[in-house]
Amino acid sequence: MCLGIPGELVELPDDETDLALVTVSGVRRKVNIGLLRDEEELVVGDWILIHVGFALAKIDEQEAAAALRVLHELGPAYDQELQDFATTDVG
Amino acid sequence: MRFVDEFRDPETARHLAREIAGLCEPGRRYAFMEVCGGHTHTIYKHGLEDHLPENVRLVHGPGCPVCVLPMGRVDDAIAIAEHDDVIMTAFGDMMRVPGGNGSFFDAKAAGADIRMVYSPLDALKIARTNPDKRVVFMAIGFETTAPSTAMTVLRAQAEGLENFAVFANHVTIIPAIKAILDSPDLRLDGFLGPGHVSTVIGCRPYEFIARDHRKPLVTAGFEPLDILQSVHWLMRQLAEGRCEVENQYSRVVPWNGNRRALEVIGRVMELRPWFEWRGLGFISHSAMALRPEFAAFDAERIYDVPGVRVADPKACQCGEVLKGVLEPWECKVFGTACTPETPIGTCMVSSEGACAAYYNFGRFSRSRVREATLLADPVVRR
Ligand code: SF4
Repeated sequence: MCLGIPGELVELPDDETDLALVTVSGVRRKVNIGLLRDEEELVVGDWILIHVGFALAKIDEQEAAAALRVLHELGPAYDQELQDFATTDVG
Repeated sequence: MRFVDEFRDPETARHLAREIAGLCEPGRRYAFMEVCGGHTHTIYKHGLEDHLPENVRLVHGPGCPVCVLPMGRVDDAIAIAEHDDVIMTAFGDMMRVPGGNGSFFDAKAAGADIRMVYSPLDALKIARTNPDKRVVFMAIGFETTAPSTAMTVLRAQAEGLENFAVFANHVTIIPAIKAILDSPDLRLDGFLGPGHVSTVIGCRPYEFIARDHRKPLVTAGFEPLDILQSVHWLMRQLAEGRCEVENQYSRVVPWNGNRRALEVIGRVMELRPWFEWRGLGFISHSAMALRPEFAAFDAERIYDVPGVRVADPKACQCGEVLKGVLEPWECKVFGTACTPETPIGTCMVSSEGACAAYYNFGRFSRSRVREATLLADPVVRR
């Protein structure tokens, strides 16, 4: 839950829900980018750090790779988080 | 990917280790607390303590939200979950946390409708599709997760969703650090500031630590070299007689935090007069509840929660571990009665808890089975 998961923006939200489509290690899901609205100009292809379904920071590609590496080292704990990430849905 | 390789560079690690050793005053002992559970994890996983001189010690702090949740709150949550009309939703980390009468998993096995979610937004979706039930989200976490809960409540309000509620257990990091600074049994020389919490609150709230308590703090990233570099910065400050807040993780953490996130927390939540922390006792203004305007979404107001204070099991020494007074392996039940499969205390539940991190990796570190670490990871190969 405390893990920040790096995701790549695939599609920006087209309505007021703030739900953008991202991919994480090939898994797609919707993520809320509302907390970055005032902070950052986001475009498709940007990397973001996601906490429990919300983007908290914009990061660069190197940082995303580093964050993924830290997560992979968590082993089963990360697998669980990624599975939850992939199998649940905000609709 | 060059950057990552640099961060994994054993040569850089060795260089930093030499620099740190060079800054040690002869005969002086140094203790730095890493507040965040993510750091604890990296430290044990990579055997970072093996890189540090014998007289530089890393002390593990209370920065794992699952670990500090008192048993009484788990029991309260289960009491809410036991209502026939309730679907309780919680992060996976929460499921095995022992309360006075068992964990969420136990309550689920006994028939309560408890579901794991990745995000509070998932809980909101469950509420939309189950209009005849009330969906309660077990909200835990520091400032990293609080904005998500707040945003979700605002979303529920905007949608006019009347069957969604939050059981708020959000805690704030600053009062916990204050409590540790005031605790008489601990001598610290500085702090590694939490990485992700700081994304939200920024570095400013730590300034009192340097100013009033004369301790340096360096906000640190999660890579092994981030941590070594942060320790180096702390040592450099001490050697130069400086006492400041520095931001080693500036590639992610803005000095002023995330304004929008702070604003939504403030709009939806207010500080509780006090809150109980497992092992640390009652700390004033250390947690958040929903504001009265959001009473319709507040499970604590909708349901009568027993609110019983449950004493931690006698054998449990989590409090001492959370304050850094005891190392995990010094707890009497560590690895015997208390393991990640059958946790007695919460530090054994989450992978970010000091006991679980040490159980999973640390046992192979320090002088014990040193070769195992040396083989396992290039960073510590010498
Ligand atoms: S070993 Fe178990 S009981 Fe002892 S401090 Fe760690 S989590 Fe608590």
